[in-house]
Amino acid sequence: MSKVNDFVIRFSNVNGTGSASANLLFAKSVFRMGIPVSPKNIFPSNIQGLPTWYEVRVNENGYLGRREGIDMIVCVNPESMAKDIEDISPGGYLLYDSTKPLHEEFYREDINQIPIPLMKLSAEAYSDPRHRQLFKNIIYIGALTVLMGLEFDVIKQLLEEQFSGKEKLISANIQALNIGVDYIKEHFEYPLKVRLERRDNLKDMIFIDGNKACGLGAVYAGATVLAWYPITPSTSVAEGFEHYAKKLRVDPVSGKNNFAIIQAEDELAALGMVMGANWNGSRAFTATSGPGLSLMNELIGLSYFAEIPGVLIDVQRGGPSTGMPTRTQQSDVLAAAYASHGDTKHVLLFPANPKECFELTALSFDLSDRLQTLVILLSDLDLGMNDHLSEPFEWNDDRKYDKGKVLSAEDLDEIQNYGRYKDIDNDGITYRAYPGTHPTKGAYVTRGTSKDENASYTENEQKYKQNMDRLLKKWETAKNIVPSPIVYQKKNNSENALLFFGTTNYAAVEAMDLLEKEGIQVDSLRIVAFPFNNEVLEFIDQHEKVFVIEQNRDAQMKTLLMKELAIPQQKLISVLNYNGIPITADAIKREVSSHLALNNA
Amino acid sequence: MSSLCAGCGHDSISASIALACYEMSIEPHKIAKLSGIGCSSKTPAYYLNNSHGFNSVHGRMPSVATGANMANGDMVYIGVSGDGDSASIGMGQFVHAIRRNINMVYVLMNNGCYGLTKGQDSATADKGSRSKKGAPSPFSSIDMASLALELGGTFVAQSFSGDKTQLVPLLKAAINHNGFAFINVISPCVTFNNNSGSTKSYDYFREHAEATSSLDFVPEKEQIVADYKEGSQKTITLHDGSKIYLDKLAKDWDPTDFDSARASFMNAQKSGNIPTGLIYMDPESIDLHEILNSSSAPLNQLDKNTLCPGSATLDMINASLR
Repeated sequence: MSKVNDFVIRFSNVNGTGSASANLLFAKSVFRMGIPVSPKNIFPSNIQGLPTWYEVRVNENGYLGRREGIDMIVCVNPESMAKDIEDISPGGYLLYDSTKPLHEEFYREDINQIPIPLMKLSAEAYSDPRHRQLFKNIIYIGALTVLMGLEFDVIKQLLEEQFSGKEKLISANIQALNIGVDYIKEHFEYPLKVRLERRDNLKDMIFIDGNKACGLGAVYAGATVLAWYPITPSTSVAEGFEHYAKKLRVDPVSGKNNFAIIQAEDELAALGMVMGANWNGSRAFTATSGPGLSLMNELIGLSYFAEIPGVLIDVQRGGPSTGMPTRTQQSDVLAAAYASHGDTKHVLLFPANPKECFELTALSFDLSDRLQTLVILLSDLDLGMNDHLSEPFEWNDDRKYDKGKVLSAEDLDEIQNYGRYKDIDNDGITYRAYPGTHPTKGAYVTRGTSKDENASYTENEQKYKQNMDRLLKKWETAKNIVPSPIVYQKKNNSENALLFFGTTNYAAVEAMDLLEKEGIQVDSLRIVAFPFNNEVLEFIDQHEKVFVIEQNRDAQMKTLLMKELAIPQQKLISVLNYNGIPITADAIKREVSSHLALNNA
Repeated sequence: MSSLCAGCGHDSISASIALACYEMSIEPHKIAKLSGIGCSSKTPAYYLNNSHGFNSVHGRMPSVATGANMANGDMVYIGVSGDGDSASIGMGQFVHAIRRNINMVYVLMNNGCYGLTKGQDSATADKGSRSKKGAPSPFSSIDMASLALELGGTFVAQSFSGDKTQLVPLLKAAINHNGFAFINVISPCVTFNNNSGSTKSYDYFREHAEATSSLDFVPEKEQIVADYKEGSQKTITLHDGSKIYLDKLAKDWDPTDFDSARASFMNAQKSGNIPTGLIYMDPESIDLHEILNSSSAPLNQLDKNTLCPGSATLDMINASLR
């Protein structure tokens, strides 16, 4: 059973030892060989000393979701060794540090062992303790070049790029690679059954994490103010924005920044700053995770009711409460959709890959300005913090920013009785003016309290209700301008369907193929936005059973569909994954096919 | 127009704010009025009707003001707040706004109680002080001006809602200041905390206030007469040419000297007196925009050509990710 370009390898390290960069070298090399690769960093909420895993799936056919079964484990962490060995599929490989002999109880007859005395080899070659630790990892990468056909020159090129200008580091790394190469050639047969072959299949695809893509999208959308508070896993959104802003948004003449980034004292302040900046005509955003979303609730309600634009990027993680800060989940859906007390509903966007992170982040600013309300982009840790293969990003230079209904001084001169909340166009969206626009017209007090059409405080029951109803009308308008769902087939083939959103996409598209191999046809739809427009409703109506696949315990998307589209409960069948690790195609296939078998029997 | 109680100190402060802006000939639409929640936070709706206002949420006005200021550093930002808004729920944001030295005026309308929710003690109510409800406050109070000073505030002043002569020049100096200008204004709550036994009443203030100086602010444009204010005890000249003239200086008093300002607060605590006037200012203050090295043109006026890197750059970024 050959496993060329189709296997899962998991690296098992101690965190804080430089393993992430060594393992990334592996993944990037596979990428550069033109083979689809999907690495996942499964790391602890800790700085140094605990187990960390880097799981890489290689798949020629381009299936990039997680898969059950580990074909090879490279283990340099004695603490996790027992569990790691259990996880290897029969016939698989265990590459381990044999400087100390393997304990008898870890011995499995049905797997192949590749003992390499990594620590000993590293200690012989390097005297500095930090070097010994770092280069130990590079030695096993060197070993893999021989064992798996990972191209040496590709790694060498990557090292030269990474350490360009630091010749000593490059040669030290290459020396470490060669130690691994030589050891394998001397002691083992190679290559293994699980191996790589160059394909050059990836055309112009790029390799990037979702958070960086979001940061770049914000730069392209013209965001000028970022206010944020650090939290795993969203910090790298802010870092991404800062990275690109420092390169691309500094005035070449004055040297001044065409942006402002504030690390706020907490999440409440972060969103408050976003509100102030947007109120005053700057595109501003923040990035956070579940706990931050909870804190931001009050200001989210202010955005909704006072109708102030803003973009909130929520990179979801394991909840509830502090939860699992370094694990992924899709469990903020309801909290985001209805954030804040009172009757509120918010526009949500669900990116599934880095390109959508870039595009939907950019779009969120247009939507937010147009609808004069907060837009929440729901990414997740798996997308945000792992490197993903992606289509290259595109930008149309003719594209204009949609700042929405903003009145200029000239506009105000023409208007007789301006009222901030007058529904002139009957679409629920009213006209605003930035502070400072006109000397004598267009000024009003923005407030979170009830107000009349002129933004004056009111307790009048009719005016309050009228305003609330107008916000519902605005919601209907939103349905027509948010992105449409993705439908995977030209026409329906089945009475059963899969429905999912976000990173579930990776596993779902593979599951569709797995089901088809078993003779089960399903149609599929991926939700990209909330509110749901008619296409979502029509799709569900056209099917008997819709499997709603989501990564949370309480079937939040199903709840949203039932409530917003009045779908009867029985029609939607939940397929759930909420253990913090991304869902697999195998799990989806199993649940769908067993449900259908049960119900057809 | 104001819906506040007759005799409320806050309305007098509003009048002083409006007067200061008028006397400085600031175009109203270049002013932004910000507030949190509470009686004092209602006031932006009652003055400067051609200025945009933002009555935000409880305790969060400083962050909103920060964001607004980032969007357009060319406007004048006047934030008003109360002691509930600033000294309790808003304490964190108050502290950090001072740290960042946002260029704004922050007027704390301080009456030692929560007016709008009907009379609870606030964190600025002095220990032993009794509001109308009667029970003496058991906790030590937070002295917001002293705190502002300790936090590195670059402009700290204290005044009284009824003293327009002192408050208006302070407001002018505050507006002109290039950084966070804090004025703690005792503003008695006639409904809940103006009784005998209260340390935030009109009577108590009159008995205990001690002016550190008499102050006048003259913007650069107005310095026509050469001998104006000749013989002032101290003159602070600011970078833009404006001047602050101080007379009747308290003994050994120099408001540009941090140590003397801090000493005055410590002495006040011992003697029970309330120092008023300009307590401290740093004429070299630099605001958050300068700290962040942000564009001179307001961020909200930068156009797409300036902000969007374009498709050619995106192609290069894509290339770097292969």
